[in-house]
Amino acid sequence: MSANEPRAGTVPRAPVRTGGAAAWLRRLALDLKRDKYLYVLALPGLVFFLIFKFVPMWGIVIAFQNYSPFAGIGGSPWVGLEHFRRFFDNPDFMMLFRNTMAINLLNLVCFFPLPIVLSLLLNEVRSVFYKRFVQTIVYMPHFLSWVIISGLTFLIFAKGDGLVNNLLEAAGASRVDVLTNPHLFWIMLTIQSIWKEGGWGTILFLAAMASIDPQVYEAARIDGASRLRQMRHITLPAIRSVIVVLLILRLGHMMDVGFEQVFLMYNGAVSEVAEVFDTYVYRVGIQQGQFSYSTAAGLFKSVVGLVLVVIANRIAKKMGEEGVY
Amino acid sequence: MRTSIGDRIFGIANWLVLGIVAILTLFPIYYVVVVSFTDPTEYIRKSFILFPEKWSLASYRYLLSTDAFARSIGVSAYLAVVGTALSLVVTASLAYALSRKRMRGRNVILLFILITILFNPGMIPQYMLVRQLHLINSLWSLIVPALASGWNVILMKNFFDSIPAELEESAAIDGSNDLSTWVRIILPLSLPSLAAFGLFYAVGYWNQFFNALIYLNDAAKWPIQVMLQNMLLNADNTELQADAFMAPPPAETLKMAAVVTATVPILCVYPFLQKHFAKGTMVGSVKG
Repeated sequence: MSANEPRAGTVPRAPVRTGGAAAWLRRLALDLKRDKYLYVLALPGLVFFLIFKFVPMWGIVIAFQNYSPFAGIGGSPWVGLEHFRRFFDNPDFMMLFRNTMAINLLNLVCFFPLPIVLSLLLNEVRSVFYKRFVQTIVYMPHFLSWVIISGLTFLIFAKGDGLVNNLLEAAGASRVDVLTNPHLFWIMLTIQSIWKEGGWGTILFLAAMASIDPQVYEAARIDGASRLRQMRHITLPAIRSVIVVLLILRLGHMMDVGFEQVFLMYNGAVSEVAEVFDTYVYRVGIQQGQFSYSTAAGLFKSVVGLVLVVIANRIAKKMGEEGVY
Repeated sequence: MRTSIGDRIFGIANWLVLGIVAILTLFPIYYVVVVSFTDPTEYIRKSFILFPEKWSLASYRYLLSTDAFARSIGVSAYLAVVGTALSLVVTASLAYALSRKRMRGRNVILLFILITILFNPGMIPQYMLVRQLHLINSLWSLIVPALASGWNVILMKNFFDSIPAELEESAAIDGSNDLSTWVRIILPLSLPSLAAFGLFYAVGYWNQFFNALIYLNDAAKWPIQVMLQNMLLNADNTELQADAFMAPPPAETLKMAAVVTATVPILCVYPFLQKHFAKGTMVGSVKG
C-alpha cells in the first residue's frame, strides 16, 4: 500500500464480481485482517447487543407456550395462540386499551402544543439573558426522576398533608381528594408531563427557529409587519416540518405510556383508570408469575407499537419530511 | 427603530407569561427546599409554610445520621460512576467502529441496532435473561443490561462520522494502527461529545428506579430512588428508624429533605449539561 493512494478501505469499495467465491473469501479475509482492530473495538458493544437485545427477542416464544421456569423453554408445552385469545377475551383488555388511548389523546391535545407555544414565546424575547434564564429553569425538570416528580405531586396534592389541601383548610374550605380521585387521574398525569417535559420539548423548535435568516425578519419589519404577524408568517412556517414529524412520531407511539410515571401514581382507588399495558404486564407477569400470558400481552403491545411507528415513518417520508430512520 | 404600541404590549405580555411559566416550574422545588429547612416545631404548628421563620437542619441531620439513607446514596453514586464509565467505553468504541465505512458487516449491524430501537420484546424476556445470568439481587443487574442504548450508539456514530478522514489517513501513513489512532487521536478530539453523553448516562443511572425494584431483594442494596420511593409514597420510614439515634422529625420535613438530597447531584451536574444541549448539539437525541 503506497503512501500516495487514499488509504485502502477509507473509500467504500464497489462490489467487484471478478474471480468468484474463492476470490471473495480471500478479499473478506484480507479486509478482516486489515481492520482487525476495528472489530476488536466493536466487540464489547456487539456482545452487549447480542446478549441483551437479541437474546430477549427469542424469549418472546414463551408467549406461545405454557412456560414453566423449571422446564425451561425447551421443556414447556406449546399452546399456540391460546394466551392471546385469553387476553383479547379478557374484559381488562378494553380497559387497558381505553386507558392507554385516553392518556395519549389527552397528552396530544394538552401537552403537544405547549412546547411549540413556549418556543415561539422564547424566540420573541429580546433579552438574551432573560431567554437563557427562563430556558435554564424550564429545562431542569427533564432531569428529575419520576420518583421525585411523583413525590413532589404527593407533597403538593395529598389529602392529608399536601400544600393545596393545607391552604384550602386554612382558607376555611374542605379538603379535596385529588390523588385518589379517578376522574382526575389522567389530568394529573398530563400536568406532570407538562411540568417535566414542556420546557425540554422546546429544544428542537428553537433549533429550527435559530436557522431562520434574520434578514427575512428585517424585511418584514420594514414592510410594517407586527411581531405577531412575523411570527405567523415567518417563524411558524419554518418549524412546520418539525411539528409534522413530531406529530407523526407521537401517533406512532400511541401504545406507549410512561411506565414509571403511571406505576408511581397508581393506587387502589384509581386502578380502573390507571392500568395500562405495561403496568398490566408487570402486575400479571412479575408479581403474579404468569410469564407466558403476560409476555403475550406485552408482545401484542410491542407489535402494534412497531406497526404504528413504521406506518408513521412512512407517512412522514411520503410527505417529504425526514423520518426517524 | 420605533416599536409600535402593539409590539410593545406583546413584548410585555410575552415577558410576563414567560415569567409565570418560570415561577410555576420553580415553585414545587422552592416549596420542597423551604420546608426541608424549616424547624420541625414550626412546621407542626403552622399548617403550611411559604417562608420559614425558624431555619433548621434537623431533618437533614436525622436523614444523614441513618445508615440506610447514606448507603443508598453511596449505591447510586457507585452505579453512576461505574455505569457511566463502562457505558462510555462500550458505546463509543462500537460507534467509532461503525463510523468507519470500510468495516465489513457495518450495514447489517446498523440495521440490527435500528430494530432494537423500534421493537422492544418487553419486561418478561428481559427479566428471564437477567435471572438466567444469575444477576438477580446483584448491583450488576442495574449496570450491565443498560450499558448502551441503540440511540446513543447511532448518535455517537454520527458524531464520529464528522471527524475528517484525513486525520485517520495521515495517522495510518505514520504507521498507527486502528487502536492507537483511536486512543491517541480520535478520543482526545471527542472529549466534549463524550462528556455530554457521559453526563446523560450518569443522570440515567442516578434516576434508575424500576430495574432496581424488580431485580434487587436486599434493602441494603437499594439505590437512592427506591429508598426515596419508600419514604415518599409508602410513608415507610422503618428502614431509617432502625438506625437513627434521635427522634424523627415530622414526616413531611423528612421527606422533603430526602427529595432535596436526591436532587442535589443532578443540579450540580446540570450546568455542565446545559452547555451542550442549549446549543442544540444534542438535537438528534431529543427526537426520541
